[in-house]
Amino acid sequence: MKYCLNWKWAVAALVMVAAVAGTGCKKKGADPFPASGAVADWQKSSETRVFAAKDLWQYIDGDAEQYISAGVVSTSTSDYKYKGELEATADVYTMGDATGARKILESGQSSDAKAVQLGDAGVAYAQSVIFRKGSHLVRIVAYESGPDAQQALLALAHGVEAKL
Amino acid sequence: MESRRDFLKTAATGALVLGSQRKLGLAATLDQHAQTGKSKVVMARDASLHGTGAQPDEKRVLDLLDRAIAAYTGHDNPVEAWKHILRADKVIGLKVNGLGGKGVSTHLSLILAICERLQQAGIKPGNIVIWDRNARDLVSCGLTISTDPSRIRCYGNDVAGYEEQPVTWGATSVKLARILSRECDMVIGLPILKDHSMSGVTFAMKNMYGVVERPQELHPGGCNPGVADLNCIPAVRDKVRFTIGDAMTSVYDGGPGFHPERLWQPNALIVGEDRVAVDHTAWQMLERKRAEMGLPTFEAAGRPPRYIATAADAAHRLGTNDPQRIHLMEV
Repeated sequence: MKYCLNWKWAVAALVMVAAVAGTGCKKKGADPFPASGAVADWQKSSETRVFAAKDLWQYIDGDAEQYISAGVVSTSTSDYKYKGELEATADVYTMGDATGARKILESGQSSDAKAVQLGDAGVAYAQSVIFRKGSHLVRIVAYESGPDAQQALLALAHGVEAKL
Repeated sequence: MESRRDFLKTAATGALVLGSQRKLGLAATLDQHAQTGKSKVVMARDASLHGTGAQPDEKRVLDLLDRAIAAYTGHDNPVEAWKHILRADKVIGLKVNGLGGKGVSTHLSLILAICERLQQAGIKPGNIVIWDRNARDLVSCGLTISTDPSRIRCYGNDVAGYEEQPVTWGATSVKLARILSRECDMVIGLPILKDHSMSGVTFAMKNMYGVVERPQELHPGGCNPGVADLNCIPAVRDKVRFTIGDAMTSVYDGGPGFHPERLWQPNALIVGEDRVAVDHTAWQMLERKRAEMGLPTFEAAGRPPRYIATAADAAHRLGTNDPQRIHLMEV
């Protein structure tokens, strides 16, 4: 009986260790957003929100379908402010594999896209930056244009990339 | 030449429309073309609406709204014009659209301009309800949540909830937002014009996806017949009587989300009672922009807005998509 109890405690402890380790791994993947000040002049202005694939429509409605067909697993999003003025939103779509991230990045480009060195591949526009890294597809958009908006977005994008 | 039989049919339809409008809060039929078998759509533009800023100028938005309503009703005085649209004792819902996020949601300046005119026309602040799916969408429009009954109310379906019993029309079964089913006598749709990755175009009729609990279930088939069926559900068909469509800013490709690289400023409002005619007009506007930008037509892109024709068909009869039967006034 004593041995039986010890054995059960050992299994429970192993399960707890595994759970903590698992949570740790998930945490890094679940919140890929730099904290306020981690990237110069950028403040994180909202909580991180996470949507499972089945709930993605709540966030982006009809846009969800293209991500679901590309194998999205979850989506994390957070708002930011640059120097207290320029508002932006960063989305990280975690796909089942890198193919899905590549599919989305390549399907959405227009002729004025400028290739940038970010993750495995990336493009920038005046008010947005999109890149992929492994199974992640990252999209950061600013709600206004400005002379330093693109450079600021690229800096934030590098901050996100470093956390993936 | 119109036959006697056609005339009687048209006149009978007009009488029915008038009857239901009086009951539901629309003061009278506004479109004098309705009884001649044509639907009036007003497209009001102001090329200087945005000036040099990202947001439209508030004073110019109010002027643009006044011009659109004056052209539609035939009344030059904006307050008098609104009195012809509404009855003062009714609860008026303004169904905005904030799904696209801050960059491409119904403009706050337009919502405020309409609220100003509604109050001047005698609607009590507490009888105006601005609503959308949830707080996030409303905040995207620049609004602040308020349930205070003495002020203009602004809250989402996340606060008011949905009916427990689904309603069905055709192949579509939905649970309606209580704000629509219980609180509003009449609704003015304030959609924002956008490209849509599945339905091609989202504007007046598609905006109603925000009045049901699980809109994603209406997306198959390019939202066809989902959009048309949903608009045929009595509470939607009868209460949503008027559209003041926001085409001041639009996304011509990559929608319905915010894609600043495909943002466009048509600087226009598209106004009308016939939601099908309004959507048809908006669709053509987007097609012209896409052609200008070298993009394929919606048909070639594999997402033609077929729901517009479905809404006009004999089963749905929500309005007309026939350009010959649309009286488009550009002001």
